[in-house]
Amino acid sequence: MEILIAFGLAILLAWPLGRYMAVVMQGRASRLDIVFAPVERLIYRWLRVDPARGMDWRSYAAAFLGSNVALFVLAFTVFMTQAWLPLNPDGVPNMSWHTALHTTMSFLTNTDQQHYSGQAQLSYLAQMTGIVTLQMLSPVMGLAALVAVLRGIVGGLNVAQAREGEPRDLGNYWADMTRATLRILLPLCLVLSLALTWQGVPATFGGAHHAVPVDSAAGMASQTIPVGPVSPMVAIKQLGTNGGGWYGPNSAVPLENPTPLSNLLEVVSIPLLPMACIFMAGAFVGRRRFTALIFAVMGTLCIALTTLAVTSEQHPNAAAHGIVADAPNMEGKEQRLGPVDSALWAALTTQVNNGSVNAMHDSMNPGTGLATMSAMLINMVWGGIGCGLLGFLIYMWITAFVCGLMTGRTPEVFGRKLETREIKLLSALLVLQPIVLLGLTAIALSVPSITGNSNPAFHGLSQVFYEYTSAYANNGSGFAGLSSGTVWWDMSCFVVLALGRFPAILIPLAVAGSLAAKRAAPAGNGTLRVETPTFGFAMLAVIVLFALLSFMPVLVLGPIGEWLSLAAPSIR
Amino acid sequence: MNSSVSQSAATRGTLDATALREAVIGSVAKLAPRAAARNPVMFTVSVGTVICAAFTVHAAFTAQPFGFSAAVTLILLLTVLFANFAEAVAEARGRGQAQSLRSTRAELSARRVRADGGEDIVPATQLRRGDRVRVSAGEAIPADGDVVEGVASINEAAVTGESAPVLREAGTDRSGVIGGTWVLSDVIVVEVATDPGDSFLDRMIALVEGASRQKTPNELALTVLLSALTIVFLAVVATLPGQAAFVGAKADVVLLIALLVCLIPTTIGGLLPAIGIAGMNRALKANIIAKSGKAVEVAGDIDVLLLDKTGTITHGDRRATVFVPVGDVRDVELRDAALLASLADPTPEGKSIVQLARERGSVIEGRGGEFVPFTAQTRMSGVDFPDGRVLRKGSSDAMHTWASARAMVIPGDLSTAVERIARAGGTPLVVADDRRLLGVIALSDVVKHGVRERFAQLRAMGVRTVMITGDNPLTAAAIAAEAGVDDFMAEARPEDKLQRIRDEQTGGRMVAMVGDGTNDAPALAQADIGLAMNSGTQAAREAGNMVDLDSDPTKLLAVVEIGKQLLITRGALTTFSLANDVAKYFAIIPAIFAGSIPALGALNLMHLASPTSAVLSALVFNALIIPALIPLALRGVRVRPMSAEALLRRNLLIYGAGGVVLPFIAIKAIDLLLSPLLGA
Repeated sequence: MEILIAFGLAILLAWPLGRYMAVVMQGRASRLDIVFAPVERLIYRWLRVDPARGMDWRSYAAAFLGSNVALFVLAFTVFMTQAWLPLNPDGVPNMSWHTALHTTMSFLTNTDQQHYSGQAQLSYLAQMTGIVTLQMLSPVMGLAALVAVLRGIVGGLNVAQAREGEPRDLGNYWADMTRATLRILLPLCLVLSLALTWQGVPATFGGAHHAVPVDSAAGMASQTIPVGPVSPMVAIKQLGTNGGGWYGPNSAVPLENPTPLSNLLEVVSIPLLPMACIFMAGAFVGRRRFTALIFAVMGTLCIALTTLAVTSEQHPNAAAHGIVADAPNMEGKEQRLGPVDSALWAALTTQVNNGSVNAMHDSMNPGTGLATMSAMLINMVWGGIGCGLLGFLIYMWITAFVCGLMTGRTPEVFGRKLETREIKLLSALLVLQPIVLLGLTAIALSVPSITGNSNPAFHGLSQVFYEYTSAYANNGSGFAGLSSGTVWWDMSCFVVLALGRFPAILIPLAVAGSLAAKRAAPAGNGTLRVETPTFGFAMLAVIVLFALLSFMPVLVLGPIGEWLSLAAPSIR
Repeated sequence: MNSSVSQSAATRGTLDATALREAVIGSVAKLAPRAAARNPVMFTVSVGTVICAAFTVHAAFTAQPFGFSAAVTLILLLTVLFANFAEAVAEARGRGQAQSLRSTRAELSARRVRADGGEDIVPATQLRRGDRVRVSAGEAIPADGDVVEGVASINEAAVTGESAPVLREAGTDRSGVIGGTWVLSDVIVVEVATDPGDSFLDRMIALVEGASRQKTPNELALTVLLSALTIVFLAVVATLPGQAAFVGAKADVVLLIALLVCLIPTTIGGLLPAIGIAGMNRALKANIIAKSGKAVEVAGDIDVLLLDKTGTITHGDRRATVFVPVGDVRDVELRDAALLASLADPTPEGKSIVQLARERGSVIEGRGGEFVPFTAQTRMSGVDFPDGRVLRKGSSDAMHTWASARAMVIPGDLSTAVERIARAGGTPLVVADDRRLLGVIALSDVVKHGVRERFAQLRAMGVRTVMITGDNPLTAAAIAAEAGVDDFMAEARPEDKLQRIRDEQTGGRMVAMVGDGTNDAPALAQADIGLAMNSGTQAAREAGNMVDLDSDPTKLLAVVEIGKQLLITRGALTTFSLANDVAKYFAIIPAIFAGSIPALGALNLMHLASPTSAVLSALVFNALIIPALIPLALRGVRVRPMSAEALLRRNLLIYGAGGVVLPFIAIKAIDLLLSPLLGA
């Protein structure tokens, strides 16, 4: 019931938001211009860019990369010098170089994998500039890339004038970034942050509170309760598919998530923007049925994975067998939230590439582990803002290639042919994921001294694989149980984060750029249309086949093995 | 088609002993690393085979059990050989087909014309492009070329299988001759159009021989995708020992290679070259010589067909279709009069009148009389009977004058009938005897039998047909409606055709056209598929990217089907190959870890007898599915005229769902057969 409300509410809100986003990103005139246009003009002047100048895919990609490098340097510097900078009432020291590198990359890639505990290791300034800036801009970068790709697959903005083979105008990166930040993300965050403050999430610049617990005789003389400008950060964390909380235990902490209403608001905000992107995409390519296709494919996967997670958590924890009655699995969960809310959050946060948590994923039943890992391996069930849809497009192109052949024509999408160049680019992306994830998992497992696992066997393997999968998916949720924050984990995740983010944006951009310049064939009776149930079904099969088959052995050795072993009483 | 007459046994479905032997030798020869490396998927299997073999030998020398690894090695070797065999069979068939065409001109000699007009006798193989040769009745034409002097009837049966002689004439659109065909009458001078080894046939042979064959664009893209999948599964298998060790399981190298080979797309990887070659073979079998593999592949993408009306859509000669009596003349009177007037008429029109009258039940026999032939002055023909009766048929105005001169009454409905026939695109012939005007015979260009159905099929597949004709718009519209084409171009000049092709292409459509004349050459070159008639001029044949030896313009429809079939076969087998992986996983994964992680036995859905038999069954299935699918690869998936959506649904069901289910059954069956053997 709660699940239906959450999904219903998210879709209901996403629909008008998506249409608004289409208006914003297509640069159409609106009544809000009076408010935003002057600010935008200021920003353009300051950045010295001409928002009307179109970019082909190469310039767009270069601008994207350039802005990433600049932000990386900025944030890294803040983390390394925060002890000496102002707004540090609790005297937090500088970060270690490897954790700083990892943290910077983690937030830059919209992952927010945290190998530190926010309240203890970051100053207010670092949280606000380094973290929040990246949390704000990294989802917008994904959105900008998506918008450029969507322009590309229908021929670019100059489709009417350009001749076959000429580079196409995919929009202006700086204008896309500015408009999306100012007109979409900031207002949304403001609304959510105010609502959360109303529900009791702290928003203050004052230092930590000190309290004497009522049972101070029990051993803890006094307790430090760190606070700060928490609610704005929680808002952007949830809305921007970021997931990096102010506090280490994330949304399980009452200060981040105090009431059932705040829990509902935070759950709904997780898939809000990715869903809105789907509505926006339909408007962008001028096909309503395209939106329907995306919803059908993602929705089916979402229902399957969420069902797996939620039903799995309804079962008792095998470790507690005989200790407590056969109640649902409550280990590692907030008593306030319970198994359904926790499992729903876990399912959504991994599907949506958010990565915030309200329970310990490590303590969940293996079925949930399987659901969350599968969601991140597929990484396009809703997915990150922009990136989720880019992932969808990648699978759509591959499915269209195989299915196109089966209809007896050179495969095409929206009338543009998929040829060797595109398939090469897409293949590189297909190959990258298993090589990175499986390779690093194997290395990490073979040298246990660097992994520092808390669990042996299946569960230990799950922990390691989950960490890398989460990093590659730019999800950021942690299975925990690893001694993260070491040089090995920081640096290997640093690499995985970068490989999971940049190719996944640059390659679709390149494919879209190359498709855009092609001759577009009008649709006929003999052309394969993607917006059909048959194609949607084929796509589901391809996703399951490609994303899961390659990881079946490791999943068998991880969660599936654990599940079966727990099910069979006679384990070793 | 009339193509199979001259073909040797090798070209018809079955392989004779020689070709089979050739294919077996070929499949072993292709084991050479250089040849094997052309196919990344099968090359991976080859490398795996070598590693397994090394393990087997090592185990044998160190006195460890090696039966299992020997069995795996053997099955892997067979897998590679089967894949090679598929390619070799396709090549052998193609070569057989091409050889049988080429052999007809192997040892010909030629009378080369010197500049001074004299002649040298030289072997045909020494002829160069631009040489002129003289060929008389009873001699074979030594090389492909153009008639530059004279006119001759030629028997092309050796190449096309069509026994009726054809006329080839210098300076017309029917000047092209093929080497190996025979001159039946007269003397012609032929200008040789190709250097030795560069004729269309030589090029075609190159297309069906694996070593020199260029991969077509779609094939290349698919190879990239299949290579990517191979790399993915290589990563999966290579990292497995590290992961397995952590949970306390050991993964044997031979088992891992078995897993790898089962997972990588060997089925489509092994059959891919054969599918491509078989596509060329099908074209060749239809007597079409494609200048590149790409051309055949592109044919599947065609959106628009431009077809000349004459000879393609209609028979080209006017035939009698209706008798329209005028005044108080009865139907049968006109019918019999028309028959009598035409019995001695040798023209096609005359014959068609006789035919029509007979069809309408006329049993009248000829009564002699003197035939008055058609002349340009009188514009009528007829018969004068000994009893004084006169019958005439002719053009409307000529007959009008003739009748007026005899003071006949012109019936009021005559001009209406004449006009109606003309407006429908026909030619009216007015018939009269010595007393009165009897009626009108409608001669019209008759649409070929079955053309309408073909066009309907093409439309179902999303291909539009455009009729091109020099007729006036009225006539053109009538014929277009009758033939069921989607669009027509009336009063079209060659430059209009070119413009139309460009317009369609700017709209993003792929265009195919048929042509034979020199003035068609630019349009043939511009079209995405230009099918030149072999009877056409050299210019046309050079400009097109396919040549039809039968000079049958409707062949374009067959070409489209061959192109589609080529792509569909590839897509279907790729889907099948990928879908198979599901079952193979369930067979091998539990088997690999059966010793160390018993709980994984729950994944053994098929209840395979033992880990050993599970792995071997999966491998055997993986190997046997290749030869089992060779016939399908060579024949191609059947193409039915239906929309892309329906086609996709059908193929997904057969090759996707079937591909998931079949291996479960087959592996279980193989396991049932194998386990007693292994059980000892």
